[in-house]
Amino acid sequence: MGKVYVAGVGLTKIGEHWDKGLEQLMVEAALKALDDSGLSRVNSIYVGNMAGEFLQEQAHLGAIIAEDLGMVGTPAYRVEAANASGAAAIHAGALEIASGRADAVLVIGGEKLSDGLIEEVSSALLMGERQEYEGFMGADFYSINALLYKLYMRRYEVKDDLIAVFPMLSHKHAKGVAHAQYPFEVSLEKILSSPYISEPLRRFEVSGVGDGAAAIVLIGEELKSKIKTPKTELYISSATDFMTPFEREDPLRFQSLGVAVNKVLDEAKVDRGDVDLIEVHDATSIMAAISLESSGFAEPGESGRLAMRGEFDLGGRLPYNTFGGLKARGNPFGATGVYQVAELHLQLTGRAGKNQVDSPRVGMAQSLGGVGATAIVTLLKAV
Amino acid sequence: MVKLNGVAIQGYGGYVPRYRIKAEEIGRLWGREKQELPIEEKAIAGLDEDSVTMAVEAARIAIRRAGIDPKRIGAIHVGSESKPYAVKPTGTIVAEAIGAGQNILAADLEFACKAGTEAIQLITGLVESGRIEYGLAIGADTAQGRPGDALEYTAASGAAALLIGRLTDDAVASIEAWNSYVTDTPDFWRREGENYPSHAARFTGQPAYFKHILGSINELLNGDGYSIKDIDHFVFHQPNVKFPLAVAKALRLEREKVSAGLISGFLGNPYSATSLLGLVKVLDEARPGDLILLASFGSGAGSDAYILRVLDGIVEKRERAPKLKDFIERKIYIDYASYARFRGKLRLR
Amino acid sequence: MRVSRHWRNKLFRYRLVGWRCVSCGAFHYSKPLVCKRCGSREFREVELPKTGKLLAYTMVKIAPKDFKDKAPYLVGLVELDDGTKILGQLTDFTKEELKEGARVEAVLRKIREDGENGIIEYGFKFRPEIHHPP
Repeated sequence: MGKVYVAGVGLTKIGEHWDKGLEQLMVEAALKALDDSGLSRVNSIYVGNMAGEFLQEQAHLGAIIAEDLGMVGTPAYRVEAANASGAAAIHAGALEIASGRADAVLVIGGEKLSDGLIEEVSSALLMGERQEYEGFMGADFYSINALLYKLYMRRYEVKDDLIAVFPMLSHKHAKGVAHAQYPFEVSLEKILSSPYISEPLRRFEVSGVGDGAAAIVLIGEELKSKIKTPKTELYISSATDFMTPFEREDPLRFQSLGVAVNKVLDEAKVDRGDVDLIEVHDATSIMAAISLESSGFAEPGESGRLAMRGEFDLGGRLPYNTFGGLKARGNPFGATGVYQVAELHLQLTGRAGKNQVDSPRVGMAQSLGGVGATAIVTLLKAV
Repeated sequence: MVKLNGVAIQGYGGYVPRYRIKAEEIGRLWGREKQELPIEEKAIAGLDEDSVTMAVEAARIAIRRAGIDPKRIGAIHVGSESKPYAVKPTGTIVAEAIGAGQNILAADLEFACKAGTEAIQLITGLVESGRIEYGLAIGADTAQGRPGDALEYTAASGAAALLIGRLTDDAVASIEAWNSYVTDTPDFWRREGENYPSHAARFTGQPAYFKHILGSINELLNGDGYSIKDIDHFVFHQPNVKFPLAVAKALRLEREKVSAGLISGFLGNPYSATSLLGLVKVLDEARPGDLILLASFGSGAGSDAYILRVLDGIVEKRERAPKLKDFIERKIYIDYASYARFRGKLRLR
Repeated sequence: MRVSRHWRNKLFRYRLVGWRCVSCGAFHYSKPLVCKRCGSREFREVELPKTGKLLAYTMVKIAPKDFKDKAPYLVGLVELDDGTKILGQLTDFTKEELKEGARVEAVLRKIREDGENGIIEYGFKFRPEIHHPP
């Protein structure tokens, strides 16, 4: 297997882009990434998107984006794995580079949620669960998270502040970030006094609705020496779990994530302790806590206390969601996984501006589909 | 009067939804004083209930009481004037939900408030002729009254089911005699596509309710074998509290012979289920050997009357499943706003 | 089209009928070809018990579009009497009755409607168990 490198990234600001369509957002991010890499052509294009078929009634995004980029002729496909669609597109692109079939691949993740009403966005999110089971029960994504939240508080005998600390942290790190949807701090008190979306899960504990696109350029060994732009080395692994958490051996553990994290550390020959910063899939506060514990960065039931102690601050032991994570940078479903990796790349190439973590060598991004039925973990190493 | 031979109720079930609205709360909107109100309160189906779900609740209880495999049921007749579908049978949904077989007769009946007792007649005929082993006769309604109309105080929700089979030693009650009495009397109706029924006010009384109920009962008791004084419990259709008591007065009955079967004062009038729920309540309380006279009334108009004899099997069987009292007592009061939402009076689109 | 999708699943939705893996016991609500847990290909049809206890519950306030006219509603995780854990909506609960550990029973209710002209999809929900002397 050949090595895979990130050679360029492009981000759009996450928010309500009323004047831009899904395709335009994706093209905008793609052009930025291409410019960053200095390349103008790639062998293949991979598009990550979750809800386009539902919210824009648009399938076949691969060929559409190739055309809109002026790259008709280039192979292009859409990859879908619910909320992890963006990471899945990176996975597909990385495999093509690693196989030696391509030397440059463009990966774009994009989602435009503002085209849907709130109940349509909820329906779109529910498509990541089984329609004939959770869908029919009306058990939406947030209600499943709320049930996990209750089981978590009961098992570990913790209060909601040790879970709501994660959105507080994401907001703290998003402050002043140009591409973040909510670039401001929110106090723990404010989070804990926001209304329930599904008790005990509060509105300020879940990611909002936004539009955004992110893109990265992946290259192989051959191009690496020819391109001058800053690069990072990419490793990526994935695993699945039972669709509903309540059928898993332990609903409070994302086994898929644990497996994928171990695989990627193994492949990259990196110890858990060598990871300098982490991007966690905090679609909800409780998913952040369970993610950190499932992947071995905190003992079960302990992640909240570590966060309270500042271990996940920008200057802490393991800086977390350094641009605000899903909660504050934003979570345009199919784009999110690409944002995470693009942000790690900025950190590892020393281009993170005021959010720069002190000379990191290894960063990890965790992307989840559904409530952890899919986990895709990317690890970047400084070159 | 027709005598039936060897047919019995093997299981029975009554279901009343949990929600109640006080007549006073309805009267509050329309400026009615307490003494003007026909009943105390009525039962209202929840947002997720309709005549299908209530029919299933009642049928499941009847089957539990009978203790039989639902695959032995050969016919399901559901009587209702509030079918959720104008076209698509309720009986098939009930059949699947209770786990009945597929080689069965499923048909819905409509005759205003007497469709449920009609179902008894069809099922007993099938059982008596040997065409089926068991059959379900169900009356279920989410009755609707036009907001502000006199009917709004009473139109209620509920369901009752009788599982009928051959007469055995452990049966609940034998069904011994039957009579029906019908004429073309337009006292109450609902035209196709209309949300609410219309009625002819006081015309619903003497020429409709009283004439048909009494006509049916008189013929039933006219033959040999039964006299009013032999009957221990009378159950009449009850659109309000006054009407059944007026029938009792006309027949010169002692109050205690009708009291067990009175439900409309606290449950309202769930149309096709009303007289059957009265019967369910009597069966919950009756003693083996008791004779029951059941007389329904359906506008349009007609009345079915039956004589039932309570058997020893009731003692054990009635304890196998929740009684009507269990449903009557577990009530949640709602205001007019919730009532309007639950019963589709709130326009959401 | 909803019709065929609902029709295919009606046994589970109406009566909690599904398939249990003969070798590991895993429950499947629709007929599987391969057991999700152990990979076995042998199943027997089972009707799950209709009673159990409530493990956890929550309220859906902002519902998916098919449930918009039903919100707010309660969703619960229930452990049936045979140990099977199952998600379902809760109905007919009072505030006092809504407690973890509460006994519940499955009843048939309207789950959703495919618009005013479409079919009504019935299925189970859990309500507080109605006790009666044995």
